[in-house]
Amino acid sequence: MSASGGSADLLIEGVGKRFGEVVALDHVSLKVAQGELLTILGPSGSGKTTLLKVVAGFETPDGGRVTVGGVEITALPPAKRDIGMVFQNYALFPHLSVAANVAFPLEMRNIAKPEIERRVAEALAMVELKGYEARLPRQLSGGQQQRVALARAIVFNPRLLLLDEPFGALDRKLRETMQLEVRRLQRRLGLTTIFITHDQEEALVLSDRIAVMNRGTIQQIATTTEIYERPANDFVADFVGESNIYHGTMSGPGTVTLDGGRTLTVRSDKPAGTKVGVLMRPERFASSGTNAFTGEVIESVYLGTSFKLRLACEGGLELLVRQPARGALPATATRVTVGIDPESIHVF
Amino acid sequence: MNRSIFPALPALILLFVFFLFPVVRMLGFSVEGGTFDWYAKALGEQLYLRVFWNTFEIALLVTFFCLLLGYPLGFLMATTTPFWATMGFIFVLLPLWTSVLVRTYAWMVLLGRNGVFNRTLIEAGVITDPIPMLHNFTGVLIGMVHVLLPYMVLPIYSAVRKVDPAIPAAAAGLGASSFAIFRRIYLPLTLNGIFAGSVLVFVLSLGFYITPALLGGGRVIIIAVLIEQQVREALNWPFAAALSAVLLAATFAVYALAQRYSQPVETTR
Amino acid sequence: MSRRLLVISCGLIYFFLMLPLLVVFPISLSSAPYMQFPPPGLSWQWYERYLDDPQWIDATWRSLYIGGATAVLALALGVPLAFALVRGRFFGRTIIDRVALAPIIVPHIIFAVAVYGLFAKLKLIGTWYGLVVGHTVLALPFVVLVIAAGLRDFDRSLEQAAEGLGASRWNTLTRITLPLLRPSLVSAGLLAFISSFDEVVVALFLAGANMTLPKKMFDNIMMEIDPTIAAVSVMQILLVSVVLVLIGRFGRGLKDSAR
Repeated sequence: MSASGGSADLLIEGVGKRFGEVVALDHVSLKVAQGELLTILGPSGSGKTTLLKVVAGFETPDGGRVTVGGVEITALPPAKRDIGMVFQNYALFPHLSVAANVAFPLEMRNIAKPEIERRVAEALAMVELKGYEARLPRQLSGGQQQRVALARAIVFNPRLLLLDEPFGALDRKLRETMQLEVRRLQRRLGLTTIFITHDQEEALVLSDRIAVMNRGTIQQIATTTEIYERPANDFVADFVGESNIYHGTMSGPGTVTLDGGRTLTVRSDKPAGTKVGVLMRPERFASSGTNAFTGEVIESVYLGTSFKLRLACEGGLELLVRQPARGALPATATRVTVGIDPESIHVF
Repeated sequence: MNRSIFPALPALILLFVFFLFPVVRMLGFSVEGGTFDWYAKALGEQLYLRVFWNTFEIALLVTFFCLLLGYPLGFLMATTTPFWATMGFIFVLLPLWTSVLVRTYAWMVLLGRNGVFNRTLIEAGVITDPIPMLHNFTGVLIGMVHVLLPYMVLPIYSAVRKVDPAIPAAAAGLGASSFAIFRRIYLPLTLNGIFAGSVLVFVLSLGFYITPALLGGGRVIIIAVLIEQQVREALNWPFAAALSAVLLAATFAVYALAQRYSQPVETTR
Repeated sequence: MSRRLLVISCGLIYFFLMLPLLVVFPISLSSAPYMQFPPPGLSWQWYERYLDDPQWIDATWRSLYIGGATAVLALALGVPLAFALVRGRFFGRTIIDRVALAPIIVPHIIFAVAVYGLFAKLKLIGTWYGLVVGHTVLALPFVVLVIAAGLRDFDRSLEQAAEGLGASRWNTLTRITLPLLRPSLVSAGLLAFISSFDEVVVALFLAGANMTLPKKMFDNIMMEIDPTIAAVSVMQILLVSVVLVLIGRFGRGLKDSAR
């Protein structure tokens, strides 16, 4: 594989991995298009880190294939894969200067000295770290360290960029800045990128598409809006964003009878008798709507732009509702009526 | 064969050829001719039983005094400010890494008939005749406690370090006296360190040679000294081998017991 | 308060620990022809006697290069051993772990007598390399303990990062792993050196007519107590202090190594 192959697409086919009794990856398949940023989102232990390690070459899968740009790399050692990776803790070499860290992958590829210098300068300029060449990693802030790690991962024109929860150690404000910066850089270079996170908000901000993982399998791969608006199952609906999830049966065209007895008007052409799940996002409730709920406030929180209310409605139904913060925060034990339209209810 | 063992091989070859092999070979002398006569002699004759008893007694006393002196030291180092802890470390490590010979020599200077202690005491009029402190049990004991004390201090230090300072603080807040805090909190939580240090000191005392040889002046015979005499003066290899086997067995027995009742004293993991 | 009692008793214990180290200083500078305390006057005569005596100087040189060779050999063998013990996954690792540390546990007198028996047969008594081999066996556990401690704290994602960036195994080892382990290597090497430089028991048996410094000191103490020993002791204490400072400055894990 050439050292300057540039960005390529990634194909993972039926990859499995067990650690003793634990199935870390259960026949995972996915495809990332060239230049796309795919986020793998899942709780810890979902197998997302193992998947990343298989792609990077730090774990050998028990079965399946990994292909980059049409070439199978499943058995290739990490050093031969031309994949740039940003580690969770950045893994900057503490004994090497910023410039030497970034030059490292180029030196390993026996590139001529002047060329190395040119490309290191270019990469550092790209992450806005000009003038920091001689510093040691420990003399940099967390955000700067991350920029160095990023520069080091892209300086050798990798075929793929892997980001392993890179923002976890940063404070909220810096995290948002870095997220946008990474996104901009990734778009500009057209780098095929896999980004691993357990933070659903981060996933929504950054990605073209999201793959939600749980227990070693991919639950759903879709665009960000699709994942949020039309989750495939309970797990995805629950893991991404706040949600009210109920189960019931289609009782007629466009009507669902929930297990508690309550009937909802929805948009769905699923045949009657089908067991379904129903998702209502808290922010989709208005003061009135086709489906009205009246309940007693059992918890109310002021969140600046909105109120977050927990309502105990008839039939044992408990609803999480967000409303624009206007007027006074409803006190507990007061009765409140909210409504939601059929098109805002997702049936799965 | 797993390749990850390869880097270990050169060192293992050295250890097998120049450590395990010579030791096993030497121990083999003790049963030359297929008899256990030398063991019978070592463990049966009053004279040699006396030597074993001496060795055991000294090791026990050394361990006791090391614990007595080492606990306060380790405790203070672990609970004081970083600056004083570092100073404390220096004053423990400097003697530890100073040649045993230098220290033993210094004790001869201090404890001798005309040594520093006796001269000072006589000049101060406290005593008229010098107290015999060298070339006897007392001298050996003092010298060995001094040499082995650091081995007690360090495990106790790390054990006390591991006690979350919030725990004794909480106990004090609940009305416990200093003594109660020590007895009810620190002592049980640092038993492991006490145990590790004691085992180490006891085992090292069992096989100690230099200090007893010099400070005992040939009058305090312990097993290591006896082995040396048998090899160099009596040229009685089979008997020396039998004595070594007994000493080695005792050493391993103490370690085995220690491993059973605590975490390993020393290991690379 | 009881804390004050603790501090006072610790002061006394430190005095007990340091006293032998301190007492040799005035004696080494004594003008008296024999051991006398306090010294009647000051003089450099014992240092001069040491420096003028080719036997002492010979013994010192011999100890220095035997110590150096021991440090080199113990590192060359002990570092790979520590790697295998910490990172290897092979059958019998626990046993090898025990074997590697056994030279600390087995009483030195037994090892000394055993290796004396073997070397007498191999005609290695009195050779400097015979002593280096004996001292390396004794230094190996120190090296293994210090390097293993360093390796256990080593962040392996750094090695993964290097490999991911295109470094071969060899480049990862020489450009990332070993440079980062340097403090442990420094400590281990210096400890191996000191353990050989101070070693008496094995030297008593193996050195033969070719004295090492500790053996020469031992014989002198046995024969006659003469303040030359005090002068040598002062130099030893200073050397050890320098080594400890070096370890503190460039090494790591004094606390681990002292265990």
